[in-house]
Formats: sequence, C-alpha cells, structure tokens
Amino acid sequence: MNAHGKNRQMTAPIETAAGPAQPMILNMGPQHPSTHGVLRVVLELDGEIVRKARPVIGYLHTGIEKSCESKTYSQAITLTDRIDYLAPLSNNLGYCLAVEKLLGLEVPKRAQYIRVLLTELTRIASHLVWLGTHAIDLGAMSVFLYSFREREEIMKIFEFVAGQRMMTSYFRIGGLALEPPPGWLDRVRRVVESMPGHVDEYEDLLTRNRIWMARTQGVGVLSAADAIAMGVSGPMLRGSGIAHDTRKAFPYSSYDEFDFQIPTQTAGDCYARYLVRIAEIRESVKIVRQAMEKVPAEGPIRAEAPGIVPPSREEMKTSIEGLIYHFKIFTEGFVPPPGEVYQVIESPRGELGVFVASDGSPKPYRVKFRTPSFVNLQSLPRLCEGRLIADVVACIGTTDIVLGEVDR
Amino acid sequence: MEFISQHPVLVAAVVKVVVLLFVVMTALAYLTWLERKVVAHIQSRWGPYYVGAHGLLQPLADGIKFLFKEDVTPPASDRLIYLLAPFLALSLALTALGLIPFGPPGVRFPNGQPVFIVSDVSIGLLFLFAITSLGVYGVALAGWSSNSKYPLLGALRSSAQMISYEVSLTVSVVGVLLLAGTLNFNHIIEGQRGYWHWLRIVPHWYIVPQIVGFLCYLTAAIAETNRVPFDLPEAETELVAGFHTEYSSFKFAMFFMAEYANMITVSCLATILFFGGWLSPFPDRWTWQLYLPGAGLLALGVYCAYDSVTEMRGLARLQLSVVTLLALGGGALCLLPGVAPVIQGPFWFTAKVLGFLFFYIWIRGTLPRFRYDQLMSFGWKLLLPVSLANLVLTAAWFAWGWVRG
Repeated sequence: MNAHGKNRQMTAPIETAAGPAQPMILNMGPQHPSTHGVLRVVLELDGEIVRKARPVIGYLHTGIEKSCESKTYSQAITLTDRIDYLAPLSNNLGYCLAVEKLLGLEVPKRAQYIRVLLTELTRIASHLVWLGTHAIDLGAMSVFLYSFREREEIMKIFEFVAGQRMMTSYFRIGGLALEPPPGWLDRVRRVVESMPGHVDEYEDLLTRNRIWMARTQGVGVLSAADAIAMGVSGPMLRGSGIAHDTRKAFPYSSYDEFDFQIPTQTAGDCYARYLVRIAEIRESVKIVRQAMEKVPAEGPIRAEAPGIVPPSREEMKTSIEGLIYHFKIFTEGFVPPPGEVYQVIESPRGELGVFVASDGSPKPYRVKFRTPSFVNLQSLPRLCEGRLIADVVACIGTTDIVLGEVDR
Repeated sequence: MEFISQHPVLVAAVVKVVVLLFVVMTALAYLTWLERKVVAHIQSRWGPYYVGAHGLLQPLADGIKFLFKEDVTPPASDRLIYLLAPFLALSLALTALGLIPFGPPGVRFPNGQPVFIVSDVSIGLLFLFAITSLGVYGVALAGWSSNSKYPLLGALRSSAQMISYEVSLTVSVVGVLLLAGTLNFNHIIEGQRGYWHWLRIVPHWYIVPQIVGFLCYLTAAIAETNRVPFDLPEAETELVAGFHTEYSSFKFAMFFMAEYANMITVSCLATILFFGGWLSPFPDRWTWQLYLPGAGLLALGVYCAYDSVTEMRGLARLQLSVVTLLALGGGALCLLPGVAPVIQGPFWFTAKVLGFLFFYIWIRGTLPRFRYDQLMSFGWKLLLPVSLANLVLTAAWFAWGWVRG
C-alpha cells in the first residue's frame, strides 16, 4: 500500500463503482486568501458544486463584550474600536449614543454634525475596503490598489483629526475627544471632491465589465423574504429590495436633518449588492458635503454635564470643581442610573445594535453588541449552496463580513 | 578541432542550446521583473525598487531565495510523481522554445549552420503543439501526486481547461496554415514577406486575412497559459495556489518558470504565425531601419545615464551605471556595419514578442477572472465555433482564389 492509500483511509472512505462516492469535504479557511480573516467554511463538495456550506466562527473571539464589564463606561470606548476594525468610528458612535441615552445627555449640534461627517467618511472607507477585497477575490487586482489608495486619504483625515488612523476612539460620551485641528475641513473637502471621480473609475473597470457581470449577476441570490427572516440588514437587505436604513427609520445624531437617498436594488444577487454599496459611497459623499456646510466653525464639542463629561484643560487647572470632577471621572468613572438601553445605528455593514445594562455602578453590568456581520453571515449557506466554489468567494465577498465583528 | 570540423551540426546545436537556455532563463527572470513593474505602474505603485536600481536585481534575489527555502514534500504525496511533475512542466516548456526561429536562416556560422534557429523542423508547428499539449501532464500530475484537496481541484480544472482550449488553439491557426501551405516556421515567415497588393503600407502579415483567427488564437493562448482572466487553475483567492499549492522551494520556482516560458512560447508563436516573425514591418529600401536597434539601445543608455545622475544614490547609481555602459556599448556594437544587418531579425522578433508579453501583463492588470463553468462554455460554445467558422471561410476563400497565398 502506498502513501496514497493510507491517506485515503484517514480522511474519508471512497467506494468504488459498487457504491456512491462520498462528497469531498473541503475546509475553506481559517487560513485562506479570500475568507477575509479567519472565517472557516466547511464545504461539502460534489466536484466543484457546493452541496453544503457551514460557516465555523470563533477564531477571532476576543471577549470584548465581557471585557466591557470590567471597564468604566468611558474606558470601554477603546474596546469598541476593535469590534469592527474597518469602521471603528461607527462602533464608537453606537456605544456612545447608547450610554448617552442611558444618561439622558444631549450632545451639542456641532459635535453631532462632526460625528455624522466622520461616520460617513468611515462608511466610505469601509466600502472602499470591501470593494477592493471583493474585486481581488474575483481576480480584478487593480481595483484593490486603487480603492486602498483612496481609503488612505480618508485614513489620513482620521489621523489628522483624532490622532489615530484606525483605533480612533474619537467619539466620547457626551461629545468628542478633541477639538478638530484647524484646516481639517479643507482636507475633508479635497477627499470628498475627488471621491465621485474615483468611484467612476472603479465603475469603469467593473460595472459594465462582461466578466464581472457574469461572475456576480444571478450569483448568491437572497430573496427579500429570506433576508427578513434571517435578520439580514444593511446593504445586503437593500440589495434584496427592502429600503430599510436605520438612519431614516430611527434617526440619530441629527441624521433627520440630512438629505440623502436609500439606494436599493431588487435582484438580491451579488451584483445588486455591489451596486447598492457603490451607490452608498456616492450618497455618503452627499451627506459629508452637507455636514461640511452645517458644521459651525466655533462652538462646544462636549455636553455640559459636570461629573460625566471631563472638564476642559483650562477648567481643570484653574477651578477646584474642575479638578475634582477630572479626578473622579478618570479614577472611578461616573455612575449612570440603573436601567437598560438599546441603541441602533447604521454601520457600513448594517444594523449595529448596542445594549447597555446599568446596575448603578461605574461599570456596565452588561454590554451586548448586535453586530451586522454576525447576523448577515447566517445567510451564507443560503447564498452559496448548490453553486460553484468560485461563487462561494463572491458570496463571502458581498456579505462583507468583518471577522472581528462576527466573533467580538 | 578535428571533432568540431567533423560534426558541424552537433557542435552548433550544443552551442545554440546552451546560449538559448542562458538567454531564456534570463528572459524568464526578467519577465517576472517586467510583469511586476508594469502591473505596479498600472496600479499606481512602484513595484520592485530597492534590490538593485529599479529593482533590477530582484529576479536574482528571488531565485536565491527560492533555492534556500525548505523543500517540503508532503508525507502523503506520491513521491516519484511529485518530484517528476515540475521537471516535466519546465523541460517541456523549454523544449518548445527550441523550435522557435529567432532570426532568418540566412544568417549562418562559418561552418554553415544557421545562427538563430536551434532546430529547423519541417513539421515545426505540429511538433510544437505536440510538446505544449504534453504540458498538461505536469499540471495534472502535480495536482494528483500532492494528495491534497486544493491542488486536486486545481489540477482538474487545469486539465479540463488546457485540453478544451487546445482544440480552439489548434483550429484557430489552421487558417494560417492554409495561407502558408507549410508547417515549417521559416516558410510560414517567408510567406509573409512583402505587402498586401491592395494596400501598399500594410505588410503581408497573416493577421490581415486572419484577424478572427488571431483573436481566437490570442484568447485560447491566454487560457492555455493559465493567465488572467483564465487563471482558474491557480486562482489564488479560490484554490489558494491551485495545482502547486503543496510545492515549495525550487520545485515551485520550476512551475513558475514553466508558466513564463509557456507565455513566451505562445507569444513567439503568435509573432511567427500572424505578425511575420523576424520580418521588419518596413520596406527593405528604408535602410535607416538597420540602425533602429542600435539607436534604441543608445537611447536606453542615455536615459539610464540621466537617471543614474539625477535619481540614484550610492550603490544603485553604480548598478545603473553598469546598465548604462552595457546599453551604450551594445548600442554602439549594433551600429557597426557588420552587425546591424545580422541583428535585424532577432530585433524585430524580440520587439514583437515583447509587445505580446506587455499585452498579457496589461490584461492581468485590468480584468477579473472567469468562473470555471463560464470558462468551459466560453471555450466550447463560442471560441471553437468561431475558429471553426474562420477555418471554413478561409478554406472557401482559398478555394475560390479570393486570397492569394
């Protein structure tokens, strides 16, 4: 018996013509170029056709929700950055809004507009990463580098404003961490003005490309009914023809003052989801433009809430109350009233829900993130079963999961 | 000395094979450099830049790195076949290049042997197809003997793809054979001398009547060499690395070299069949074309000199100076009255092949990848019927004397 025979017995018994052959079990991931991190999909193959697909998750579990329970409310913000590392500001926003809801804090308008502006930039950056990785999965290599080139400009804005490219922690409870540096709006304007042209470039390469259309049209179809049944949200839901967007349905952070459309497609396939995300980039550009108009040049960026929002540097240095509050906030934190809140926002991937329960202590009793990637990933077997291996890659791509967010 | 004078064919063949191997190996290495540079500039990056001036030593560094990597043989593999597959792939790919005429047969060594033709086979095209068709064995055996799932899937895809497109590839060039009336490469090229009588400026290349055949050939050739958009066998994002997933170290490099050698082969073939091989596109009376190779090299040398003075520092400047001297010296050599006519054939041949290679790389920077079933239906339902129709049409034209061969 040669080495071949031994190995066969180890994996699966293959029968001869006497009986039906066993399906081939293929482990896609956790180390695989196109599972976007450490997703593992166990595929049951009949030749190249996927009979069954089972996503196995948990390889990136970092216990963020549990860790939040041992931090004060303010400290937990830094953990939220790491949930969806492609859209850290969206996570910051969701968590801050939840705690502000718990506290009943009203954030100044200026801070609200800046939050909208930056989260929309985050959405653009996140969609650019999605576009690039999805395109490279399907073999269009250049789009990846183009979209990362543009994302880099947005990252530079984040670094300029918050001091960090990715783990910004820029939104704080009651407002923003810092006053944005002078001239930041000019940088935003430069990026935003060039963005529609760049999106046109991507579309030139892909949208009417015959190969691209053949690879994505009719692939991974998710019906509207299935999408709702599985709790799918975000661009995936809108690609299936349901115009649901938390920004419109449950406006937060003054989104109701902005004029934008909810792009939808009815086909529900990978191509539809691609078109929806491309259109969302354009809509986000519109929102950022409006936000640039609205943001006042001067004004408070933090709520007036002594004991919860840290005092300014000057106040801390000159008044005794300021010094005391500063000391108390950064040592023991603040104490919100006991109770539970749930806040949803529209993250780039869909509906990000944050549940915070307070027991009247300075640390949250329980924090739970309803992350869109985790829920959207449920639809993967439905999308790719009965199709070819190559389609699995396309389907994972348009599900747009971030494994940090799936596993938390 | 007696031996040399007694065996002119053998001695010339050995010399030519050694030189060809050296040239081809260098060309393969620098083809990877070219590909990385061109794709990088398409994608607004620099590509290799630090290993040598403009990354010119990168291929060398890669080669050394390949040699020093651990050579892993998976315990469950079929060792003999696993070892054999890369050798098969590379040796077949290199053998095919031995059939290519790089210049006119008129240029001869003192002992009467042609300089630029390693082997002048009367059924050259048939022989070449016979060898390249065997290339699928390297892929299939590699995938099978690795005894792993991704390579197996890659090898299955690859075998199916290469066999399918082989058909279209062969059918698409039969039109040229009808026009040329021979399978010998030199005769095919000689048949393209002159001009189409109804258009004095268009050279008598077979691409003009055989444009459809050429497009079919080009598509099939890209598929045959497993390049984007038909690179399914090694579709990195689906099958990790396809049939050579389990290969490492120099065995992997051999597959890599085989792929690039195949790329060169099909480009050479396209040049020979459709673009007049080593013939110049200009009429013979334009004698200034004799100085084109020299002028080109001199221009390159001047550019390198400028670059080494303005851009490069330290070691890179030294390296680029060497390139400058080589280019200037080569350019001057090519301008010598004795050398200029000799170098014409290889110059035009290389220029045309480089054009094709650039096109290949350009496509890689632009297009997404087909899916397996789409690839198959494209090959069988579109490419094959079109190339067959082209063949029938050409035969009809030929039968009624509409095209003079």
